[in-house]
Amino acid sequence: MSGLESYGAYVPPTRLGLSTLGGGAPKEGGPEKAVAWNDEDAVTMAVTAGAACLRGFERDSVDAVLFASTTYPMKEKQGAALVARALDLRSDVRTADLSGSLRAGISALRSAADAVTAGSARRVLVVASDCRLGAPGSGQERNFGDGAAAFLVGDADPIATFEAGHAVAEEIVDLWRAEGDRFVHSWEERFVVQEGYLPGMTQVVEGLLEKAGAGAGDFERIALYAPDARSHATLARKLGFSREAVTDPLFGRVGNAGCAAAPLQLVATLETASPGERLLVAGYGDGAEAVTLATTAGLEKLGPRRGLAWHLARRWTVPSYDLYLKARNLGTSEYPMPEDQGLSATIHHRERDDDVSFKGQRCQACGAVQFPAQRVCESCFAKDRFDRVRLSDRSGHVVTYTFDFFFPTPRPPTVVTISDIDGARIHLQLVDCDPRQVTTGMAIEPSFRCIHRVGGRPNYYWKAVPLPEEPA
Amino acid sequence: MSRAAEAIRDRVAVVGVGCCQFGENWDQAPSDMIVDAAYEAYADAGIDRPQEQIDAVFTGSIYSNKGPHECADALKLFEKPVTMVSNYCATGTDAFRCGVMSVAAGLYDTVLVVGYDKPKDRGVAGPSVVMSQVRDLPQTPAGWFALCAATYFEKYGAGREDLARISVKNHHNGTLAPNSFLKREITLEDALGARMISWPFGLYDCAAQTDGAAAAVITRADLASRYRDDPVLVKAVTVMAGPNPQKDPGNDFLRWKPTGWAAKVAYDQAGIGDPMAEIDVAQLHDCFTLTELLSYEDLGFIQKGSAKEHIAEGTFELGGALPVNTDGGLKAFGHPTGATGVRMIYENTLQLQGRAGERQVPGATTALSHNIGGHPTACGIAILGRS
Repeated sequence: MSGLESYGAYVPPTRLGLSTLGGGAPKEGGPEKAVAWNDEDAVTMAVTAGAACLRGFERDSVDAVLFASTTYPMKEKQGAALVARALDLRSDVRTADLSGSLRAGISALRSAADAVTAGSARRVLVVASDCRLGAPGSGQERNFGDGAAAFLVGDADPIATFEAGHAVAEEIVDLWRAEGDRFVHSWEERFVVQEGYLPGMTQVVEGLLEKAGAGAGDFERIALYAPDARSHATLARKLGFSREAVTDPLFGRVGNAGCAAAPLQLVATLETASPGERLLVAGYGDGAEAVTLATTAGLEKLGPRRGLAWHLARRWTVPSYDLYLKARNLGTSEYPMPEDQGLSATIHHRERDDDVSFKGQRCQACGAVQFPAQRVCESCFAKDRFDRVRLSDRSGHVVTYTFDFFFPTPRPPTVVTISDIDGARIHLQLVDCDPRQVTTGMAIEPSFRCIHRVGGRPNYYWKAVPLPEEPA
Repeated sequence: MSRAAEAIRDRVAVVGVGCCQFGENWDQAPSDMIVDAAYEAYADAGIDRPQEQIDAVFTGSIYSNKGPHECADALKLFEKPVTMVSNYCATGTDAFRCGVMSVAAGLYDTVLVVGYDKPKDRGVAGPSVVMSQVRDLPQTPAGWFALCAATYFEKYGAGREDLARISVKNHHNGTLAPNSFLKREITLEDALGARMISWPFGLYDCAAQTDGAAAAVITRADLASRYRDDPVLVKAVTVMAGPNPQKDPGNDFLRWKPTGWAAKVAYDQAGIGDPMAEIDVAQLHDCFTLTELLSYEDLGFIQKGSAKEHIAEGTFELGGALPVNTDGGLKAFGHPTGATGVRMIYENTLQLQGRAGERQVPGATTALSHNIGGHPTACGIAILGRS
C-alpha cells in the first residue's frame, strides 16, 4: 500500500515582521512571515526540503521527482530535473513539474501515490515549494509567505498510508498571474472566498468523506489550505471539524505559502502525530484536491527530520522594510549592470555535476578529495583516476574567510570562506550567519542557493551555512 | 653556478627605461601611454632610430583585446617579431623575462619591453567584479588577497594597524615619485578609519586603479656601453605558476606559495645567499597591504611571522635596512596590470643608477622587483644589479 516514507521541510530563516511592512519597526513576538532572501527561490527551497526528506534514505532508490510550484522562475525549462540534479538523483529518474494552481502540491502528492500504487515507481519524491511575491504595500504582501515541504512516497514501511483521495475542478477567475505578470492578481476578496474557496473546499472534503466512508469526527488531524485565517476558521466550522483536530494554518508565522501551505501543515501533523491516527489534507485552487492518510507504527522508527518545527526555531528578523525590498529586488538600483548573455550555458552544462550536484572527486591513487573535478590530482598528480563523491550532504569547516563589502548584495558584507569539506578546499559564501560569529574552524554545511541572476536567468550554486547544533 | 644562473646572470643589460604618468588618463588612449613610455626609454638609451635599432618587442597587457598589434602599431615597429604576454599581475615581469631570455639566447641584440594597461576605460570604479562566473562568487581581488588575514592574524598576532603602517609608508613614498598617481600623505587613523572593502582591507589597504605604461630597452651585456656608460645588469628573472590557493589542499593561508618558489630560483640565478643583507632596495607587489607584508617573509627577507616587529621598527621604510616600494608601489601608482612589473624595473634601474632623487637609496647595487597575481597563482621576480 502506498504511503509516506519520510518528510522534510524548508522555511527560510528570514522573518519579516508584519509591523515592518510599510516602514514600521520590527515588533518582537508580533506576527511575521517567512521570506526567501535574495539567494533563495522556489528551487533552492525545494532542494533543501528534498535533502531534509531524503536524509537517511538511499538517493539512488528514488524513481521519480514531482515538483509543485507556481513560482518556479522559468516558463520553459523544467524545475524537477534541476531539483533532481541538485539532489544527485539517478540520471534515469522520472521528473515532472506541476504548476498553475495552488493545489499543485496536493495534486503531486496524490499523483505520486497513484504511481506507487500502480507499480510504475517504487519511490517518488514530491516537493512543493512556493515563493509568491505580493506587490509592495498590498494585502498580498502581508499575506504571502515562503516555504517548501517534501515527501518521499513509497510502499516500503510507510509512516502513513494513503487511504482515499478526491478532487473537484472548477473554472473561476479568483487568483491569477498571467504571462509577464510579476505579482498575483485577485478578484474581490469576498467573491474569492464565498464563490471559490468555501464551496470548492466543502465539495472536495464532503466527496472525500463519502469515498472514505468517514465522518468529520473521524480524523485526529486536519490540514486545510486557506487564503487567510478567518476563512480557515469559517471553513473548519462549516465542515464540522473540531478545533483541536485542525492544524494551525501558519498565518503570522510563515504566511500563506501557496502550493506549499497545505503540505507544510501536513509536515506539522506528522511531526506531532502518533501511530494509528487519521489525517486529512486538502489543497485549493481552480477546484480543490484532498487525501486522507493513516499513520502507522513506522512513524516512530523514522529518525528526526528537519521539518516545520525545526525551521520555525531558526530565525532572524529583517530590521527594515527597505532591506526586504532590496533583497527581493523590489527597490531600485543601477548596479550591477545587466549582462545580457548571462553565464555560459556550455560551462554550466560541463560543470553541472560540480555546480549543481556539488560533487567533488576522490583520487583513486591517494584518496584525496577535491573540488571541482579536474583531470590531474591536486595532491599526487595521478591523472584521470577519480571517483565522484557527493559533498552536498557532508559537513565541513571554515579554513579562512573575509568580509567582502565591494560585491553587490542587499546586506553587505558578503562573507567569503575557503571551507574544507572532507579535505577539499572550496570557495563558498557563508550565509544565514552574523559576520561577527565567523571564526576559522567553525563547522558548516552546504546549502543550495541562487548565487546571482544574470542574463535573465538564475544561477544556482552552493553556499555554506553554519552547521546547526541540532542536526534535525 | 647552476645552468640557469649561467644562462641568465649578467648576460643582458637594461640601457633605457621609461614610464608615463600613471593615473586616470581619461584623455589618453593606450597607444598614447605606450608612446610616452617607449620614447622616454629610447631617449634614455640614446636610441633615435628605433625602427632600425630595436630587433624585437615583448609587450604585456591583460585588458587589451588587440594583441601585440596595439603596441606595434602605436610605435610603428614592423617587420620584426612582436609578442604579447599575459600572466595576471606578473604580466609586466613576464614580458621583461621573455625579452631577457631572447637576448640571452642570442636571437636579438636589442629588445624593447612595454607593459601597459588601461582599466579606466571599462566604465567601473575599482577592480573588476566578475559577474559571469558560474561559481566562486564573489570574485573580487580584495577578497582573494584577504584570505590570508584571518589565519595570519590568528597565528602571529598581527592586525590591521600593521597593515596600516605599510599604507602610510607607501603613501609617503608616492609623494616623492614624479609619475605616481596618489601624492598624498595619510595617517594611521585615516587608514584604520576608512570604509571597509574586504576585511581586513579598508580603502587605504588597496592599491589604486589607474592607467599606465612603462618600457625598458634591453641589450646584450657586451653591447651595453654603446647605449650608456652606467648600464644595469639583469642578475635574475623568473616567473612561477602556483596552484589556485583557494582549492590547494595543503595551503596554510600564511603565505602565497609562488613567491617562495620564485625567490628560490631567482636567488640561485643571482647568486644571492642572504637576501636581507645582499638586496639594497625592493619593489614588492602591494596590491593590498597584506600582500606586501607576506612578501617580506615569503621572499626570505625576514622570518615568517616577524613582519609585525620589522614594520614597527621601520625596516622597510626609506632610510630603513631594506627600503621597499621606494616610489610608493602599487598603492601610489595604481595597478595597470601589464605595466606594473615594468614600472618596477624602471624604479629599480633609477635606484641603481643613483637617479631616484629624494627617494634614492644611497649606494644601492642590488635591487629586486616582485609581482604576484591571480588568486594569486602567478609570481614574477627580477633582480637587477650594478657591478
